[in-house]
Amino acid sequence: MITFEGVTKRYPDGTVALDDVSLECPTGRITVFVGTSGGGKTTALRTINRMVEPTGGRVLIDGRDVLERKSSELRRGIGYVIQHAGLFPHRTIEDNIATVPYLLRWNRKKARDTAHELMERVGLEPGMAKRYPFQLSGGQQQRVGVARALAADPPIMLMDEPFSAVDPVVRHELQEEFLRLQAELHKTIVFVTHDIDEAIKLGDRIAVFRTGGRLVQVASPEDILARPADDFVAGFIGHDRGIRRLSFIPATDAPLTERSVLAADAPVADARAAGDEWTLVIDADRRPLGWASAEVLPASGTVGDARLAPIGHTFDIEGDSVRAALDAAILSPSGRAVGVDGAGRLVGVADQADLSATITAAVAAEAAEAEAVSAGAAAGAAADGADPKDAGSGDRPAAGADGGGG
Amino acid sequence: MNDLWNQIELVSEWLSASAQWHGDDGIPHRLLQHLHYSGLSLLFAALIGLAFGLLVGHTGRGGFLVASLANIARAVPTIGLILLVVTVAGLGVTPVLVALTALAIPPILVNTFEGIRGVDADAKDAAQGMGMTGWGVLWRVEAPMALPLILLGLRTAAIQIVATATIAAYPGLGGLGRYIVDGLARNDYELVIGGTVVVVVLAVVVQLVFALLRRLVVSRGLLGSSRPS
Repeated sequence: MITFEGVTKRYPDGTVALDDVSLECPTGRITVFVGTSGGGKTTALRTINRMVEPTGGRVLIDGRDVLERKSSELRRGIGYVIQHAGLFPHRTIEDNIATVPYLLRWNRKKARDTAHELMERVGLEPGMAKRYPFQLSGGQQQRVGVARALAADPPIMLMDEPFSAVDPVVRHELQEEFLRLQAELHKTIVFVTHDIDEAIKLGDRIAVFRTGGRLVQVASPEDILARPADDFVAGFIGHDRGIRRLSFIPATDAPLTERSVLAADAPVADARAAGDEWTLVIDADRRPLGWASAEVLPASGTVGDARLAPIGHTFDIEGDSVRAALDAAILSPSGRAVGVDGAGRLVGVADQADLSATITAAVAAEAAEAEAVSAGAAAGAAADGADPKDAGSGDRPAAGADGGGG
Repeated sequence: MNDLWNQIELVSEWLSASAQWHGDDGIPHRLLQHLHYSGLSLLFAALIGLAFGLLVGHTGRGGFLVASLANIARAVPTIGLILLVVTVAGLGVTPVLVALTALAIPPILVNTFEGIRGVDADAKDAAQGMGMTGWGVLWRVEAPMALPLILLGLRTAAIQIVATATIAAYPGLGGLGRYIVDGLARNDYELVIGGTVVVVVLAVVVQLVFALLRRLVVSRGLLGSSRPS
């Protein structure tokens, strides 16, 4: 656990980069520092490995003040990833990755073996070991940066805008792999970004900083979207935060039906009998094949003979959110979303009205819970005169499934 | 055209005369003397230039001072400096070495300083953030990354020294400058041109040596996309 206790950084010229920041970054979780530029999020991150030393307050790692430890030794135990990777151009990829092991005086073979393992782990081909950074793409360089930070298996990782210098497609890939990696490794991660979408996608907890180095809110992504602490946070999240919240309602809650679903070998007469404008055609293995419109059904034979309209995309009822389901429904020619299981087999279909009802119910349940919580928080605030901003930054468990990482 | 041809003939005659290859006035002996002055001067200049260049580049303090000193040093005429040192310290090797060293420090100092200062800030930040000490950052990251520029400074200095060491002949010392100074004094142009050619060849050899050195010691990763693997 990393603890900030009233951390302040004031430069000699009077600029305040951090203003009395207190927060906790729980062990094994991803805490994202997000905010406008000049908000102090990077400064806050750098106080953890003493790249910046606070002028007031303390930063503790597992209860121990970081200033008690020699800075070089402290840093060798903390992974560090920065925006442009900061690779050493004169060293090969394997030697870049083995930087900290070399500093820790591991023998060369062990250090390189570790480097090769990590290359595989972050999705780099073994053939790249002997190459130099200039021969790699931006995305590959960033993977090397992550592998280098992981080399000595530090319990803590500091990541300062690691994915913001690559194009959106590569960024998406890196984010997905980062979450996959974290699911295996369970590091205590502090991640800085200016991108609220990235924060919501990656964070278990989000700390919002605003200009002047003030911490405005610390909460789970769901809570930040549902209850921004003030206008600054609300403005920062943007106007489509309502839509974003749907990402946190699991698709398992959606009511699915088998209405108008027919196997490919069913006679056309069955489809006509159902009287629906659209019929979902599935194969013997229950895999959806496409939508058959009443207009294109042949005079006789099976529904499989009809010219089928493509499904667009399906949603996975286990892994996807209501947001994905709604998107599938809107894009579907029939206006209905096709829910499948992990193996791609049909579970059921839901139309936009069904999904809308699910959303209404989920939001109402959450609001009721929030009311209960804020009543409790208000009582607490009245008792100890705490700053109202703390009301939204409580440490209680996130509403709903802990799918913030999904 | 004819003149040029005549001169080439003169030089080749001079070079092939057996007198040029034996004794105190022979090319091998003069060359050794020349290399002796040049090597010592380059060594002193490198010690001073590298030390200050690394220090100032690493700490980032005193950059303005380095640039100013280097400019002043560049403006001082070498021959004037020699005469000055001869007046103060008397005849001998010392004034020549002092003058050549002073001449060679600016390119080494400035290139080393610029090389270290120009090292990618992200690489330095990463090096520090991963737990390298100040010395570690200098030796493992900054110096190797600045190596192409450092070598350029050393090469420039070496060529300047080799060319300028001919002035050692003015205060009565040896070296390849003897041919030029004596030739001028005796109106013996064969000697002047012959000596000049040897000096030029030496400068080219120095150039080649540094090109080879660059290939050997500079990381392939720094030579850029011009040389893909």
